[in-house]
Amino acid sequence: METSTVEPREHYLNVNYGVRSWLLTKDHKRIALLYLASLTFFFFLGGLFAVLIRLELMTPAGDLMQAETYNKMFTMHGVIMIFFFLIPSIPAVLGNFLVPIMIGARDMAFPRLNLLSWYIYIVGGTLTMIAVVAGGVDTGWTFYTPYSSTYANSNVVLAGLGIFVTGFSSILTGLNILVTVHTMRAPGMTWSRLPLFIWSHYATSIMMILGTPVVAITIVLVAVERFFRIGIFDPNLGGDPVLFQHLFWFYSHPAVYIMILPAMGVISELIACFSRKAIFGYHFVAFSSIAIAVLGFFVWGHHMFVSSQSVYASLVFSILSFLVAIPSAIKVFNWLSTLYKGSISYATPMIYAMGFIGLFTIGGLTGLFLATLAIDVHVHDTYFVVAHFHYIMVGGAIMGYLGGIHFWWPKITGRLYPEFWGRLSAMIIFIGFNLTFYPQFLLGYMGMPRRYHVYPDEWQVLNVMSTAGASVLGIGYLIPMIYLIWSMRYGKPAGSNHWGAKGLEWETTSPPPTDNFAVTPVVTEEAYAYAPQEAHIG
Amino acid sequence: MAQHIVTPKTYLQVFAALMVLTATTVGVAFIDWGALNTVIALVIAVTKAILVVLIFMHVRYSSQLTRIVIGGGVCWLLLLIALTLSDYLTRGWQAVMGW
Amino acid sequence: MPTRHRRLTLAEHSATAHQFDDMAQQYEAGQLGMWVFLMTEIMFFGGMIIAYIVYRGAYPQSFAAGSHHLDLTLGTINTVVLIGSSLTMAMAVYAAQMGQRRTLVMYLLVTLGLGLIFLSIKAVEYASKFESQLVPGPRFHFEGDHGEHAELFFSLYFVMTGMHALHMVIGMGLMIVFAWQAWRGRFSATSNAPIEFMGLYWHFVDIVWIFLFPLLYLLGRH
Repeated sequence: METSTVEPREHYLNVNYGVRSWLLTKDHKRIALLYLASLTFFFFLGGLFAVLIRLELMTPAGDLMQAETYNKMFTMHGVIMIFFFLIPSIPAVLGNFLVPIMIGARDMAFPRLNLLSWYIYIVGGTLTMIAVVAGGVDTGWTFYTPYSSTYANSNVVLAGLGIFVTGFSSILTGLNILVTVHTMRAPGMTWSRLPLFIWSHYATSIMMILGTPVVAITIVLVAVERFFRIGIFDPNLGGDPVLFQHLFWFYSHPAVYIMILPAMGVISELIACFSRKAIFGYHFVAFSSIAIAVLGFFVWGHHMFVSSQSVYASLVFSILSFLVAIPSAIKVFNWLSTLYKGSISYATPMIYAMGFIGLFTIGGLTGLFLATLAIDVHVHDTYFVVAHFHYIMVGGAIMGYLGGIHFWWPKITGRLYPEFWGRLSAMIIFIGFNLTFYPQFLLGYMGMPRRYHVYPDEWQVLNVMSTAGASVLGIGYLIPMIYLIWSMRYGKPAGSNHWGAKGLEWETTSPPPTDNFAVTPVVTEEAYAYAPQEAHIG
Repeated sequence: MAQHIVTPKTYLQVFAALMVLTATTVGVAFIDWGALNTVIALVIAVTKAILVVLIFMHVRYSSQLTRIVIGGGVCWLLLLIALTLSDYLTRGWQAVMGW
Repeated sequence: MPTRHRRLTLAEHSATAHQFDDMAQQYEAGQLGMWVFLMTEIMFFGGMIIAYIVYRGAYPQSFAAGSHHLDLTLGTINTVVLIGSSLTMAMAVYAAQMGQRRTLVMYLLVTLGLGLIFLSIKAVEYASKFESQLVPGPRFHFEGDHGEHAELFFSLYFVMTGMHALHMVIGMGLMIVFAWQAWRGRFSATSNAPIEFMGLYWHFVDIVWIFLFPLLYLLGRH
């Protein structure tokens, strides 16, 4: 057999073979890989729509496609990236894989529900793809009424159904994580010893559970309105289209925190490991996750400042939006304090983590611009908003996702990826990302509206820069696809703790056995208990 | 699993109370007390719900965690209602002159 | 180990699932899971409730007029029937806790029967609305004063009671499965958590109706 001493004989990947053993698995680790495969597919599909958008925007005229087609491009890009990639990404892949192991459990609380949630996700994704093939949707991912409920001629109900179904996948994942963390922690694993990855996933689960049902019923109402013309969002019949926006954003704002909070959990793990130090202010970071989850539900009206929402309500939402920035800032300061006098090394995951901190900070600060009523009135629906959320979602969430994938890749596969290519693609991604989206801040501030396929000539230079950046970014994403798959077969065997990190997942083999541990661990030390001499303290 | 076992007698008592409350809410609906009608109807509905939750659903004998979960869900519903209404109820307010 | 698909034995049903350390942990997880799920249901119905609140506040007279067209007698009977089914469901849980197999099955079937009565009465109400042209859509036609926005009232009526009825149907489907399993002896005094969790779900469905009834049927009665 293999000559290395480190790969275990039997582990969760080779314990049985065959399609049925994967499609009917109850092992949270295999389910995580099922998600990884399908999410990767949707990521590149969403990316394809982004390519088409950026191609059109290379020239000021609408010469690549008609306006209606362009509307479908940005709608499908948004729908696929948000609902079928970003929201599930870290929780369904890294969360599913790591939550039970990090707390010392054999599996999630409800393994069959876990598998069901993947199947639900596939059904929802299939329905949405049918909507794409049948001609797409052109309402924007936000499905604003009365266009979506009354006037749109595209496949609103079909796409809405796909999202509705996938919402249940989200709810089940959140439910599973929440119950697992509450009831299945190993002896000695108190709340204060939990990795911050767990705290952030716990907080994310709260949001998934309390928010997703509201968007579900909202989609149902839009569908009912389309079929029966009931008037619930139609002004002609006494309805209020803004009510849709309230219901939609009640979920969709927490949804953006669902997308970023797990990435923040990843970053905490990476910063601690690659500084060889416990995260500074552990309790502050843990509670800030909960604070983000709670406060995130109070701010949705900041998406509606110019929608005829009452200015008094807007005032309240604006102030609350400033408040919700505080816990995020607390995290950033604590990560920086962790780095200070730490023993820092620059493996691929750390490059992603560093990139995250800078890009998330920019994204977050520009969020404060948008929370300011007087500024938002001018930049709402411009590329300033587009740049803001891409800094958070791509510069933040996706870099967190990739950093986590690389960090735990040795654990998940038992193999090492090639470090040179890892670092190279991280840098390419960082450069490509900034080239793509920084110009968009400038464009937006100068007034270029979003969701338009034409623009005045004087903005072409910045748009071309952005498209060039997107090409670089695309290459940056393709390279890991290649070497990660390559490493599954040809990578060096990893050993149980390649990074020398703290955490229960590093105390079992790589890959882990099906039941995660040979013996249920007993936890006796605090989280991130790196030896003092490992860091340069004093 | 050891859980407190509620007796059929208690269940029947709660059922009787729920019937009385149902009769009351229907009866009150026929009397015109203006805005108070809605308040009374909601108070009765909440009382019925509390009885079902505490006794039929055994929450009276459940853990603190269960109560926090229920409290959280109810609060979140109230949050959705309150903040959405903060828009609708203040749309008609006049701007303060001179600002 | 090859996957085999066959009916689980009684012993396997009441054994602790392999991810749990013991029955107590399994029960705790199941109970927390069901309550968390019920909270998602609160938010799901919550979306409809805020829509109701907004439009009732905007069109009080239309809503009162619309409510007057609902059959209060049938609505009240349904309320009594559903609360009664909650009683019989609670009795079923008690029978399970006492290890009384036949009584458990009997109460589950009675609960099922009461649920069927509820749905039948609802069907009668829906049919009558259809005949009176009060179903929202192209055929909608409201007779009477203050009916400018009555269609909105009936939209909410159908969506809310329809969603509630859907939840009842799902619950009743599960109840059939559990009644059959109970008959086959799956549950005992020491292993009956699914019955209890089924009860939680059913009581929740009852609570939703406890709120829907006054909100929809008791406006404009004076």
